[in-house]
Amino acid sequence: MENKTSERELSGAKELRNKYDVIVIGAGHNGLVTAGYLAKAGHRVLVLEKREMVGGAAVTEEFFPGYKYSSLASGASALSPAVITDLNLHQHGLEILPTDPLIFSPQPDGSHLTIWHDVTRTADEIAKYSQADAAAYPQFIKVLRSYSQIMAVLNNIPPPDLPDVRWGDMISLLKFVKPVRNLGWEYVAQVIRVLPMPISDLLNEWFESNVVKGTIAASSVSNISWGPQETGTAFALFYNCSVSSNNLFKFSGRVKGGMGALTKSLANAAKSFGAEIMTNSEVAEIVMESGHAIGIKLTNGDLITAAAVVSAVDMRTTFLKFIDPYFLDQKIVKHIQNIKYRGTMARVHYALDELPSFTAAGADVQQLISGTVQIAPTMSYLQKAYDPVKYGRYSKRPYLDIQIPTLTDSTLAPEGKHCMSVTVKYIPFHLHEGDWDEMRGVIRQLVTDTISEYAPDFESCVQDCKVITPLDIEDVYNLPEGNPVHGDMTLDQILWMRPIPGYAQYRTPVHNLYLCSAATHPGGGVTGINGKNSSREILKGLK
Amino acid sequence: MKQTPFHPRTSELCELYNWSLWSNWLLVDMYAPDHTHEYFAVRTACAVFDISMIPKYHIHGPDALGLLNRIVTQDVSRCAVGRVLYTPWCDDEGKIIDDGLLAHLDEGSFRLTTGDPMLYWLEDNAVRLDVSIDDVTESLAGLALQGPFSRDLLKQLSGEEIEKLAYFDITKTKIAGIPVEVSRTGYTGDLGYEIWVQPQHAVQLWDMLFEAGEAYRLIPFGDFALEMTRIEAGLLLTDVDFNSSMKVVHEFQKSSPLELGLGWAVKLDKEFFVGQEALKQEKARGPAWATVGLEVDLNSLEAIFAEFDMPLYLPPEAWSEAVPIYSHGEQIGKATSGTWSPILKKSIAIARLKPQYAKPGTVVDMEVTIDAQRKQAKATVVKLPFYDPPRKKSMGSH
Ligand SMILES: Cc1cc2nc3c(=O)[nH]c(=O)nc-3n(C[C@H](O)[C@H](O)[C@H](O)COP(=O)(O)OP(=O)(O)OC[C@H]3O[C@@H](n4cnc5c(N)ncnc54)[C@H](O)[C@@H]3O)c2cc1C
Repeated sequence: MENKTSERELSGAKELRNKYDVIVIGAGHNGLVTAGYLAKAGHRVLVLEKREMVGGAAVTEEFFPGYKYSSLASGASALSPAVITDLNLHQHGLEILPTDPLIFSPQPDGSHLTIWHDVTRTADEIAKYSQADAAAYPQFIKVLRSYSQIMAVLNNIPPPDLPDVRWGDMISLLKFVKPVRNLGWEYVAQVIRVLPMPISDLLNEWFESNVVKGTIAASSVSNISWGPQETGTAFALFYNCSVSSNNLFKFSGRVKGGMGALTKSLANAAKSFGAEIMTNSEVAEIVMESGHAIGIKLTNGDLITAAAVVSAVDMRTTFLKFIDPYFLDQKIVKHIQNIKYRGTMARVHYALDELPSFTAAGADVQQLISGTVQIAPTMSYLQKAYDPVKYGRYSKRPYLDIQIPTLTDSTLAPEGKHCMSVTVKYIPFHLHEGDWDEMRGVIRQLVTDTISEYAPDFESCVQDCKVITPLDIEDVYNLPEGNPVHGDMTLDQILWMRPIPGYAQYRTPVHNLYLCSAATHPGGGVTGINGKNSSREILKGLK
Repeated sequence: MKQTPFHPRTSELCELYNWSLWSNWLLVDMYAPDHTHEYFAVRTACAVFDISMIPKYHIHGPDALGLLNRIVTQDVSRCAVGRVLYTPWCDDEGKIIDDGLLAHLDEGSFRLTTGDPMLYWLEDNAVRLDVSIDDVTESLAGLALQGPFSRDLLKQLSGEEIEKLAYFDITKTKIAGIPVEVSRTGYTGDLGYEIWVQPQHAVQLWDMLFEAGEAYRLIPFGDFALEMTRIEAGLLLTDVDFNSSMKVVHEFQKSSPLELGLGWAVKLDKEFFVGQEALKQEKARGPAWATVGLEVDLNSLEAIFAEFDMPLYLPPEAWSEAVPIYSHGEQIGKATSGTWSPILKKSIAIARLKPQYAKPGTVVDMEVTIDAQRKQAKATVVKLPFYDPPRKKSMGSH
């Protein structure tokens, strides 16, 4: 328990009172979306970001001179079309470059399965592995889309706070009635059966080819810390589809200039509505007065007040650092402490002198590898990659999502050169043994070796390499335990349980303190939905 | 099944092998063939009860006071070094979890004794606090020395200083050379002390006490006698007079300290404690229950026995199965424990009633069953405690 406010008088720090209606802590994409909507509604908004740049997990950084990378997130199809229009993002510099195929999945035997946006074209590809699966695939996608449609409705309304459902909640739930009626109760029953399933079980019901199953299953675990045999991984697949504008199970598309250009356009939009954004401004404390948030204090001691404070950062930082948990109910402190993060991904960026030749791609290589090259050849490969994580060890044969954005956006690297970014699973944040300095080298070698299995000349193309460990994801990008979505989207951490039970409606036990990050409903991904939903609740509160 | 450090002595004396299990500790119910003898030793001479099994936590460090003040309903900042505080503690909804004694041992150093094991609750509340919490349940043995002659006996063994120990004081001293901590506390409502000792000195302490205690007819007493004395003293027992909110499922099974007559130990104007907001609201609205004493009208009870051609019979042990209380045929509460009080010559009970019936003097009907047939005896509401001798708190000789 610290009596922090008394320091203020001593430090001679600046005070800014009553200049802003709302302070948004954190300029991740959700913070920026919230700021945009609130500023657009006429409020005086200030966004404070700890890092020297806006964007959070959606940033572009130049790791080697002339080579620019989407440091963490890269797939752009999750961004809500409503957010794009409401905030005029295209006018503020957002340009989304389509990528097709979605997935190029090379196999150890030299064959490959490619998933295209076009469902029949994909079915033809699948026929190489199984005629039955080829026939089932269009039907599978149809079911996927119809389930996801229901989820998409839910994504855009605040879930009721169970068990204390209010009248307002019932009204917003009415939005749910029509799509459900259209689909029929039979469908609802199906959805309820399927969502909690392990993706492996679900795919076993649909497909026989281990290659087909592996290729699809990988998408369901790309944003969750678990493997395909864990319950609720089916939900993750549907969630991807419910937020992705490609209506498929994996995000696609690139932002011209990298993901940082997306968040820059959000920042520009917010500024155009009058919001102010300060980078290099780390919030140390949310200042409280008799149970109400009245402003924030920066690490340099400055105090800024506002009628409402919005935390666009994770829950752990918000409730155990910004606020003194001493004054919170025990139940809430316990829930916050129990949020599961336990990240399991790393990211490796290469500067390439030339394109590696993926053996399986043959002559079409430029097109085939322009989406995501996915190293998760089979379901068993994927599961085995996850198994060691349960014991705090990393995968010796990892699942990789590889992107070469320079194929669609040549501005990212010097003429004729390429950037390659790899998301690596599974590298557990909670390592049983070894330290991260040592692991950095291990991860680099592991990823290089794994890619070389599919592109034998790979090592000779590599000019430089940067490894972002799960610890870096926490330390540099401020995502606790390296979890990409501020708390795993397991079944116990979604809907009315996100971020914690009782506070799913972007409000908190602290008056005038709101939430809007990926820690809130509906969850992670560069969707902007959290920010959009939250701004609606904040506007109600500001009235 | 755990044995306390006094087991070599208590087991020799527990002639009837009348043990029960308390939190997996062996606890003596009664030593001699008749626990009433033990009861009278507490009320008229002195007697010891082995309290070693009670959960104990040493809480120390810069934020020890902060942690305790967050948890308990009393204001710990008003408890000076060398003082002990009785306090309940609650969950977020202001429902009682447990109660216990909090001893302020030294600057930033406290010991909390609890009814149930409480380590998880202490730790859960210590988020971001700079405090150490040690479970010292098994590293401290304890004896409650209770009764009118307890001071004389202690004085003989540890010197005149003990005279200065006021009610709810605690001090470090020596008993026949053995280092101990002595507090003037107890669960009998009589003059008495609780003595804490390192386990390796436990048997020696016992022997010294009993050697000197012979002159005062010192005997050990068990749980049966303790129950009678604590009911006379109007002291509540967890799991009997109230349930821990952590252990029950339904709201109606939970109680607030205000309902239990413990409002005096709830400091609502403190900066913060868990359950404060809920208790403030309850206080404003008025608690749903009041905790009172009941004195059973023996004439009406005798008349019921007479219906069965039986003489009045009053069992010598305390009882602790709740019985309904009625007024004009409508149930208005329940009695949670009761006993025949030999010293008061009364049949008494602790009861929780709707507040409008809680005024002393109110006559209510208490269910009694004879051969499983339901009857109602008259009982009168009285204030707790039933028995409160001045020597409990007084300084100097009795
Ligand atoms: C490796 C990786 C790959 C991913 N891939 C994809 C993908 O392809 N597609 C996709 O849609 N999603 C992807 N995601 C998930 C997605 O990036 C996140 O869910 C999303 O970006 C979270 O956005 P946010 O605005 O909610 O939070 P964040 O982006 O985390 O924003 C929080 C902001 O708060 C700032 N902050 C923290 N503490 C303070 C403080 N004290 N003071 C001020 N500011 C502070 C942080 O610096 C940060 O800028 C990926 C995530 C990772 C880690």
